[in-house]
Amino acid sequence: MVDRARIRNFSIIAHIDHGKSTLADRLLERTGALSERDMRDQVLDSMDLERERGITIKAQAVRLEHIDGERYVLNLIDTPGHVDFSYEVSRSLAACEGAVLLVDAAQGVQAQTIANAYLAIDAGLEIIPVVNKIDLPSADPDRVAAEVAGVLGGRPEDVVRVSAKTGEGIDRLLARIVSDVPPPSGDPEAPLRALVFDSYYDTYRGVVCYVRVVDGRLSSGERLRFMATAESHDATEVGVLTPAARPVAVLGPGEVGYLITGVKEIGRIKVGDTVTSAVRPAQEALPGYAEPKPMVFAGIFPTDGDDFVRLREALDKLALNDASLVYEPETSRALGFGFRCGFLGLLHMEIVRERLEREYDLDLVATAPSVAYRVVRSSGERREIRSPQDMPDPGELVSIEEPYVRAMIVAPSEYVGAIMELVQGRRGEMVDMQYLGPERVELIYLLPLAEVVFDFFDQLKSRTRGYASLDYEPAGYREADLVRVDVLLNGQPVDAFSSIVHRDKAYSYGRAMVERLRELIPRQLFDVPIQAAIGSRIIARETVKAKRKDVLAKCYGGDVTRKKKLLQRQKEGKKRMKMVGSVEVPQEAFVEALKVDR
Amino acid sequence: MTAPDSPELADRAAEWAGAYVHIPFCARLCPYCDFVVVVGRDEDADRYLRALTDEIAAEPPWRPLDAVSFGGGTPSRFGGWRLASVVEALAARFGLAVDAEVGLEANPEDWTPALAAELAAAGFGRVSFGAQSFDPDVLAALGRRHRPGDVARAVETARDAGFRSVNLDLIYGHPAEDTASWEATLDAALALDPDHLSVYALTVEPGTDLWRAVRAGAPPPDPDAQADRWELAQVKATAAGLVRYEVSNLARLGHACRYNLTVWARGEYLGFGVGAHGFRDGVRKVNVRRLDTYLRRVEAGIGPVQATEVVAGEEAERERLMLGLRRAAGVRLGDAGQALVDSEEGRRLIAAGVVEVRGDRLVVRRPLLTDTVTRLVLR
Repeated sequence: MVDRARIRNFSIIAHIDHGKSTLADRLLERTGALSERDMRDQVLDSMDLERERGITIKAQAVRLEHIDGERYVLNLIDTPGHVDFSYEVSRSLAACEGAVLLVDAAQGVQAQTIANAYLAIDAGLEIIPVVNKIDLPSADPDRVAAEVAGVLGGRPEDVVRVSAKTGEGIDRLLARIVSDVPPPSGDPEAPLRALVFDSYYDTYRGVVCYVRVVDGRLSSGERLRFMATAESHDATEVGVLTPAARPVAVLGPGEVGYLITGVKEIGRIKVGDTVTSAVRPAQEALPGYAEPKPMVFAGIFPTDGDDFVRLREALDKLALNDASLVYEPETSRALGFGFRCGFLGLLHMEIVRERLEREYDLDLVATAPSVAYRVVRSSGERREIRSPQDMPDPGELVSIEEPYVRAMIVAPSEYVGAIMELVQGRRGEMVDMQYLGPERVELIYLLPLAEVVFDFFDQLKSRTRGYASLDYEPAGYREADLVRVDVLLNGQPVDAFSSIVHRDKAYSYGRAMVERLRELIPRQLFDVPIQAAIGSRIIARETVKAKRKDVLAKCYGGDVTRKKKLLQRQKEGKKRMKMVGSVEVPQEAFVEALKVDR
Repeated sequence: MTAPDSPELADRAAEWAGAYVHIPFCARLCPYCDFVVVVGRDEDADRYLRALTDEIAAEPPWRPLDAVSFGGGTPSRFGGWRLASVVEALAARFGLAVDAEVGLEANPEDWTPALAAELAAAGFGRVSFGAQSFDPDVLAALGRRHRPGDVARAVETARDAGFRSVNLDLIYGHPAEDTASWEATLDAALALDPDHLSVYALTVEPGTDLWRAVRAGAPPPDPDAQADRWELAQVKATAAGLVRYEVSNLARLGHACRYNLTVWARGEYLGFGVGAHGFRDGVRKVNVRRLDTYLRRVEAGIGPVQATEVVAGEEAERERLMLGLRRAAGVRLGDAGQALVDSEEGRRLIAAGVVEVRGDRLVVRRPLLTDTVTRLVLR
């Protein structure tokens, strides 16, 4: 057991690409956890996908030994860098006493900087503000330090200036971690209470939990009780990560490490749960536990119907490592057999889809994302619907509520007009607007989540030339006048194109939708009428005229091989088509069509 | 005499022996053309002739040729005696069948009585004039320098010299052309009573000036307008006694182009000259595309072949269908054709009237949708 007074538990929190992983690497290197020879850049991002996207999906924890007069143990607890994973972030922060708030010296404070800072303040952490990338030619550390101080209410001169890339300022930062982050409290003699702040699935060891001991002692071999799931398991191994796994006999109060119990299904270990002793259990669990709640839903279908079983197996395997992924079988007339999947957010959805395609070699069609609505039927029945298909007929619908989010947008002030226009078009209500500095502004809106999941972030980026950042959190449900707009191709409704829209926008949406589909659907052998309808009422119509010419003008002796290859390439493109009734529809159309402005 | 669209003729062509000779020299570059051409290199004509005859002499012996075709570029710029020398070289190396077709492409503005007489004496019996349009505005848009009247003079000159088959090439669908212009072009062309008519949809080929213009925002050809013009051409040409035997080609009785029939029947042909393709003994070959490289290699005795491809088995069958489906006579079904007919997509195309089975043949009923059918055949 380590003396509590010598322990410092902290996280690094930052907006995406502000240099969190590089800073973590530098800290590992400086404290000797890694020799330069062992250094693999960005050790904490272990998945390939994370490396490519420059984000961190799963939190991890590393123990660093640091000598500053005395020998200290610094536990660096990594946090996911994205709004989709805010519950995981909050659990990781609950395992810390301090947080390094990292801000890019050129880009300044962004939406996730603020969102993360508030999470850390709410968790009662000591915050060390740090400006990173001071070596960049475009760096403006003075301005950014002032912004950070403005957000946190401190003094600009207290902001540590570093370059994680060159190592400049790293020693000052280590000294500040030791001096500013309070040592953990906790009673070594009390019954054990340890927080599970993350977990992952290892093929050989089963579920590995990351834990922070709050009270008591966690000993290897001990019989444990998980308080939220009410399951008991043996601690088959307890250890710390240096970053290599090193088993220890006991973890005491304030210590951070891993716990292996032999459990094989990740769903049985809940992030946020409290581990206690089965023999001498604690009376009260640690606060803050919640079930992960999917926010965004989409249908995922194999392009080739024969791949359904492989898709199910792939989802089962992914779910081993991702407790927040939920899915249930769904049948679509247009797309066949697939799954309705629930995700924490859009990024989570994209990651899952990419992993399915890349790691399991599946060719998939994903429908446009949707949200969960709460409906009340005339029978009095209340239920949550996750797909436009489940929307009751207008006659049976008493009321419908949709989820709202509180969205925070940070952008240069010259774009305020463009942002307001976008948000108002999305039924947003302004809650607050504050200047972070003379030229940067923070806007807070209440927005229907459904309006955010469709193309909102892309629109925001394009209207602000990439300068705006966005973060959001759930903000309850509100009743709204919503209708389902269906699309008929060649007279047949295509379920995958249906969507739930505010009544005031239904006509313009229906019109935009059929126009977009007319562009997306290639000409066929016959005219293809495209109609939008609310119930049995047609509200818009377009026609894809039959194709008349599909032949190369010439094919002579010199052309044979070339023309053959050209036609083969065109055929390859056709493979990305899905037959819907008698109509060939490009796979992208299932998502692209629903990107029309609502 | 056999009808141009007869199945017997279409299939017999598989047994013919063809030869293609490429003449790359041009006075200027046409904006839509993506063939192998050189401008301002006319002084290399003699060197090129020597290379051609060397290449012909180096080709392993073969059976007598049924069809010889000179394409370009602009063969008519090469000079009558040079063209005659090449024919002579071919005849000396392989022999010519008694009824062999010897043809060339010619620009109307190059065509003189002297040239026509020289070529006729050398055994040429077929000439294909690049008329393209009879509308001066469209000719200008296509970058052609002859005047509409040049075509009539050229046709007359060819007939006087004794040419047996006179063909006119037309291009339709340039945005500078409208329906009235096209109709007038067809009328003017048919008034010359050609033995053969090729009507090509203007195609934007990558790398051409036209392609660059379209990429920069110029209007591309409209496929629906092109379909209308193709249909108009069929109506008028058929009324004038021509019979369509391939997507873009019509002919009078006995005037179907033998060389092209050979290609569409997947028959064999030798290819000589820069960028020329050949197909012999199941192997497709292509020569290097740069004139200097071609000359240097032939002169060094290395041989100008840049690449070869062996096409056999099912791939050969698929090629046979791809080529044969372009013909009005269609193509014998074979395994690949039967597989198409039996497939779900094939049945859909039959139901939609795009393609049909006639006896043991597969025939495209809507020629403008031929590639919709062909793509199903290819892998």
